[in-house]
Amino acid sequence: MSSITLGQYFPGNSLLHRLDPRFKIVLAILYITASFLCKNIWSFAALAISAVVLVLVSRIPVSIVLRGLRPILFIMLFTVVLNIFLTRGETLLVEFWVIRIYLEGILTAVSMVLRITVIIVGTGMFLTYTTTPIALTDGIERLLSPLKVFHLPVHEFAMMMTIALRFIPLLIEETEKIMAAQKARGADFSTGSLLQRAKALIPILVPLFVSAFRRADELAVAMECRCYRGGEGRTRMTVLHATAADWLMLAAVILFGASLVLINRFAPGFTL
Amino acid sequence: MMEPFIQVENLSYAYEEEGARRPVLRDLSFAVEKGEYVAILGHNGSGKSTLAKLLNLILTPDSGKIVIAGREITDPNLTEDELYEVRRRMGMVFQNPDNQLVATVVEEDVAFGPENLGVPSEEIRQRVDEALALVGMQKYARHEPHRLSGGQKQRIAIAGIIAMLPDCIIFDESTAMLDPMGRRDVLRIMDNLNRERGITVLTITHYMNEAARADRVLVLNDGELYMQGTPAEIFSHPDELAAIGLDVPQCTDLVHQLRAAGIAVEGDCLTPAQCADAICAACAARGIPFNPPQS
Repeated sequence: MSSITLGQYFPGNSLLHRLDPRFKIVLAILYITASFLCKNIWSFAALAISAVVLVLVSRIPVSIVLRGLRPILFIMLFTVVLNIFLTRGETLLVEFWVIRIYLEGILTAVSMVLRITVIIVGTGMFLTYTTTPIALTDGIERLLSPLKVFHLPVHEFAMMMTIALRFIPLLIEETEKIMAAQKARGADFSTGSLLQRAKALIPILVPLFVSAFRRADELAVAMECRCYRGGEGRTRMTVLHATAADWLMLAAVILFGASLVLINRFAPGFTL
Repeated sequence: MMEPFIQVENLSYAYEEEGARRPVLRDLSFAVEKGEYVAILGHNGSGKSTLAKLLNLILTPDSGKIVIAGREITDPNLTEDELYEVRRRMGMVFQNPDNQLVATVVEEDVAFGPENLGVPSEEIRQRVDEALALVGMQKYARHEPHRLSGGQKQRIAIAGIIAMLPDCIIFDESTAMLDPMGRRDVLRIMDNLNRERGITVLTITHYMNEAARADRVLVLNDGELYMQGTPAEIFSHPDELAAIGLDVPQCTDLVHQLRAAGIAVEGDCLTPAQCADAICAACAARGIPFNPPQS
């Protein structure tokens, strides 16, 4: 159970790993926006190349990146099938019984798959693969801190995230222990109807909740003992400093977005 | 004469339970000097843990007075800043190491206390490094707590308290959930903090051999102070201890039984080593040849 990792963080020391988490969040949002700017085959090609460049820069093995795409394989397949069979256009390619496949349908399908892949890979390279969950939480807290003016509980939200990240592995471990204990007493979780199986989970959930509340109570006391009094007047050990690399990366992504618009405008090609 | 560091006078506390009041501490008075190493003994429900939570105002006493470093902390006019100053001075380490670590990275967790106190960043960094070195966990600074052993987690928890620069650390059964190795490490750190750093240590325990390491032992029973004295004094009354469900360290018990059998054994015999020496001396006195084990 000690092998459990949260998110998909892949330890490393690449340029992308070292960027300020605040910048990485902004960069990821900009990059996703850029992916929606693509209008023709050349700008899509540029987008695909940019994703490959990001993977290379992050030095994360391609096999790990591909594995990250596996969960959305079904969604992609679904999109492809829907687009190919349902899009109506002008260039008819295949006509067979009720099935009509148009060139436009195939192009839309390809562009959709490309866009989804790039969004997943892009956010992965900027955020999930190269940023630890705690750095991510920290980045969110600091990016949103101006909203404190409107009495938004930004610090509290970040604290909750941190505690959740801290306790998820513990609770998983505990669930396994309780399940083992119930199995030892003859509990059966794997046979019977859906309803029976759901019912079998009750003897797991009840002790799990009881223990979670007890933990929460003890943690609250321990935090009070360590002088926790909310975000007010709190300092941080690690101060985030934006470096030249952060600003350069930001400029690069903005330029990339701008160049996509220009490519759409001036490069000839199939409009998708 | 200098005032003691902790002065507790006529302290009483009762839990509210289904409308009825269940007294936990009754009219408790004692004092702890600065730099002392005090063990608090008592069986379950004797009020030990409640006492610990009263000393840093996690709980508020019903009546009585607690004075810490000359400031009465039970004063109703105590400001919020003074309250947090009390909690900083009186660090507390709990039983379950998992439920007192907040962050997902070891050094971030150690930094939690100083961050709450508003210490400047560079100083936090320095304090965290020092605290981790003191508990021998520098190597693990960037690790995730849930991958560490119980003893290692408890050492991180202690580092988190040390980083707040406390005057006193209260250990509330902090070794109870640890394996023998982890327990030995934590006990060594406790000794070290007391002897070398001059930190006042209050340790709540029901392990007699842990209490034997202290300068002084307070025995609580049913919320009242039952006995107090040096470990040697306390453990020379096995019958009184047995009456409230406590025993003496095994080696001390052995010596008591030898004496009861009419064999004269000298000394307090609080640790196995002392006990072995005393038995060897007794053997020698009776002319029995006996080679003491090389320790």
